[in-house]
Amino acid sequence: MKYAYFPGCSLESTGREFGESTHLVADELGIELVEIPDWNCCGATSAHNLDHRLSVALPARNLGIAESMGVDVVAPCAACYNRMRGAEVELRGNTAMRDGINADLEKPFTGAVTVKSALEVFTAPEMLENVESKLRKHLKGLKPACYYGCLLIRPPKVLGFDDAEAPRSLDLAMETVGAEPVDWHFKNECCGASFGIAKSDIVVKLTGDILSNAKKNGANCIVTACPLCMTNLEMRQGAAGKLRGEDLTMPIFYFTELLGLAMEVPGVKKYFASHLVDVNPAIDAIEAVTV
Amino acid sequence: MEIALNSEEVKQISPLGGSVDPGFKREIKDTCGEDVMSCYQCGECTAGCPAAFSMDIAPNQIMRMTQLGMKDEVLASSSIWLCAGCETCATRCPRGVALSKVMDSCRQIAVKEGRKVKEPNVLKFHDQFLKEVSRFGRVHELTLMGMYKMRSKRFFDDVILGIPMFLKGKLGLIPSFVKGRGEVRKLIKKS
Ligand code: SF4
Ligand code: SF4
Repeated sequence: MKYAYFPGCSLESTGREFGESTHLVADELGIELVEIPDWNCCGATSAHNLDHRLSVALPARNLGIAESMGVDVVAPCAACYNRMRGAEVELRGNTAMRDGINADLEKPFTGAVTVKSALEVFTAPEMLENVESKLRKHLKGLKPACYYGCLLIRPPKVLGFDDAEAPRSLDLAMETVGAEPVDWHFKNECCGASFGIAKSDIVVKLTGDILSNAKKNGANCIVTACPLCMTNLEMRQGAAGKLRGEDLTMPIFYFTELLGLAMEVPGVKKYFASHLVDVNPAIDAIEAVTV
Repeated sequence: MEIALNSEEVKQISPLGGSVDPGFKREIKDTCGEDVMSCYQCGECTAGCPAAFSMDIAPNQIMRMTQLGMKDEVLASSSIWLCAGCETCATRCPRGVALSKVMDSCRQIAVKEGRKVKEPNVLKFHDQFLKEVSRFGRVHELTLMGMYKMRSKRFFDDVILGIPMFLKGKLGLIPSFVKGRGEVRKLIKKS
């Protein structure tokens, strides 16, 4: 299976572990990822906030290049996935806008390819079977709170690969590798996303709510599929703990890191060292059960 | 004496003192396609909104005020800038209205009309983000943060938090350029 890979700006810097672990897991599962040559930024929340047409036009250039490659797109970053898929749907439905934007593109988008998230690709039933058959290390002892956030599941009319109110894909992936995901209440709440920089007080409040609820329900880590969620949940742990007067220290993983760990994909463990919050307590919880 | 309600000559004043613009709902509809008149004020959007606690006008009130044409108050609110675009409201609205899109439209109209923005730093951040895209075709997170801090004059916030990120190699020093950035700029200019 082959996909056009869209890394986006975050996976080149703050979310590097997510991009690289996605590649390692894809290799292991026999999925070929070919980077979209000369891709540009999807515009993220900023284009979407200030200019609707631009929020469609920026992804359109990438979609056009992907179409010329003749394969569907995988965008692991939740924000890129949301914007790229949103633009795809708009361009399919709004021919006037599509023609206008295509006129400025070297490689036009006609609707021949579609955009998926890495979560969607890796948790398709046949892929989870594939993961199960390659399982070398059961992650028993790991009690993840599976955190979906916003951009992977909403708006369901546009994205729709998982249920917006009771999403299951991350939980299924974690169950497949032997972890024991907890039942909790903040799996689809917002972390404040791009307010991380301009309005950090909002992010501190929201990440505090999320971390606290995960802890109360017995989680020993949070699993995410979004680099913005990762940054907010890791960076704001200290301030959120202070705000709530609770110890909110909690390891945060990308789901691809844990798939890689369970399949013992060489090289995947090296990303643990680059986390801002020590992940060892969660790893130790797995080892304690295995011994 | 006859009171000329709704007549053209009577300038309507909103309960908060601004003038009333009955065309506001039409303007929203033209911008994003959403019909604010469908809203029946159940409050579900506000109940689930993660940012409502920080807003000066609750999301469902934004809808009501939009129905009433209270354009000045809505566009001067902090709410339209503190909406995180999480789409919870649009997902749950029993009337199928996407309040998130109404918020998008309000921001876009406020910027287009050059109105005074209640949360200028949020606008500065988004604006700087798009400048980066125009310059490089991509966003280089370190440059973005630096430029944003210059413009917002919030030099020292979060600097401490940025250091471990930098040491862990997460914030690269060298921006990468898109070869087709001329094409990207054309898209930005047209929009
Ligand atoms: S959920 Fe929908 S109908 Fe209810 S108040 Fe909000 S916008 Fe109006
Ligand atoms: S999209 Fe905006 S208004 Fe709607 S729930 Fe999210 S933050 Fe609130």
